[in-house]
Amino acid sequence: MVELATDLTVREVARAAETVLGRSVQVTPETDIARDLAVDSLALMNIVMELEDRFDLSIPLDRLATVQTVGDLSDLINKLRVKA
Amino acid sequence: MSLLDKHLGYRAPLDGIRAAGADPSSVRFDAVLSPTEGVLGGKNVILLGTNNYLGLTFDEACIEASAKAVREWGTGTTGSRFANGTFSGHTALETALAKFYGRKHAMVFTTGYQANLGGISGLVGRGDHLILDADSHASIYDAAKLSGAEVIRFRHNDPEDLAKRLRRMGDAAKGSLIVVEGIYSMIGDVAPLKEMVAIKKEAGAYLLVDEAHSMGVLGEKGRGLAEAAGVEDDVDFIVGTFSKSLGAVGGFLVSNEENFDLLRIVSRPYMFTASLPPAVIASTLTALDRLETDKGLRVRLAANADRLYDGLRDMGYAVGPHASPITAVVMPDQATAVMMWNALLANGVYLNLAIPPATPENKSLLRSSVSAAHTPEQIDTVLDIFERLGLEYGLLQRSRRASA
Repeated sequence: MVELATDLTVREVARAAETVLGRSVQVTPETDIARDLAVDSLALMNIVMELEDRFDLSIPLDRLATVQTVGDLSDLINKLRVKA
Repeated sequence: MSLLDKHLGYRAPLDGIRAAGADPSSVRFDAVLSPTEGVLGGKNVILLGTNNYLGLTFDEACIEASAKAVREWGTGTTGSRFANGTFSGHTALETALAKFYGRKHAMVFTTGYQANLGGISGLVGRGDHLILDADSHASIYDAAKLSGAEVIRFRHNDPEDLAKRLRRMGDAAKGSLIVVEGIYSMIGDVAPLKEMVAIKKEAGAYLLVDEAHSMGVLGEKGRGLAEAAGVEDDVDFIVGTFSKSLGAVGGFLVSNEENFDLLRIVSRPYMFTASLPPAVIASTLTALDRLETDKGLRVRLAANADRLYDGLRDMGYAVGPHASPITAVVMPDQATAVMMWNALLANGVYLNLAIPPATPENKSLLRSSVSAAHTPEQIDTVLDIFERLGLEYGLLQRSRRASA
């Protein structure tokens, strides 16, 4: 079940990234957001805003300090979803 | 391996701009002749990108006050207010600002950047919630980082989106701090403050408005957007700067909040930096007086803003949603923006090249700011050059005169 939730979240991260970046992206949980997706800090904040709407959730920006990979981001979202 | 290797991603874009013939970050003026004219590479240029909204940088009274202060008080304070003491000018300026805004308290910072950094990080900290417009100035984002608060962004100038995000926060929305800007510095658009005030009141949040680009520009008395929108009583904090309409450098925070004086000992960007030199304080005080007493400045500024905005829009350039002292012309791409910026400069017009990531929606912009000191003839000269170059580079379809 946990794995399923993670897969789903990873897929949503990819879709949010595609919306913001205007191009298709291939991601796995290991994808490095800055390096592999060429996402700068502003684009990342915009992706997070998309994800907030998709999950109807607040994702405070200060939590992004520890986010490097798509997996980190999806873990963060899943943690916040449990809390919410 | 060097510590700077991590920044090498910026190498190619920077070299690309330099290869195009000029580098905006290394423009060097040989001389500045007036608020609206400078000399670049031995050539006179019209200054159309200096945020010198009221044109007070060469105001005689401001210059005299500044010269008098430097003779009487010396060139600098050589330290912070906390360590080295306050000069009478600092207090006089804080009193004048509080009176101008009709607030109980004011504090002055050494730069506008530090006013946001020190003001916001003094107001919110760990465990607090800070709600920012997505297009906020870098100083607001940096303040957010320094504060340690939980930061949520809402879509630019979108009250419904703000309301949605506050609802999502539940109980945490109460007591959170919402930060917006009066006029946004890149496009010149204005926050829908009335709607945002209604949302802020419903949520029980605080509201801070950064009037950096709107002080001296908007409102009957020049107090900015909060005054123009008629919502001053519901704006809890106002931040502003001395480096735009007041023609110097520095920033401020005003409020009616109780225990405001505590900010002076908890705000690190206030405490641990040298205070403004007496000459800057003196010219700023005089400029504030000019702003308050000479309404003609705002009338001329608005007329110039309309003249430039209408002219560019009527030619067919893509500009912002409404006239404002800041007019940004949207270029189709970065290469065209760099080319036009260079061509404008070569033809005697200096304005700002604004490229991603410093711009909204990754647009490449030619950003201009007009001054009350521009003559209508100067604005017309700029428009003629814009039209000629636009036709030459295929950015405009036909001559404005031909279509008239």
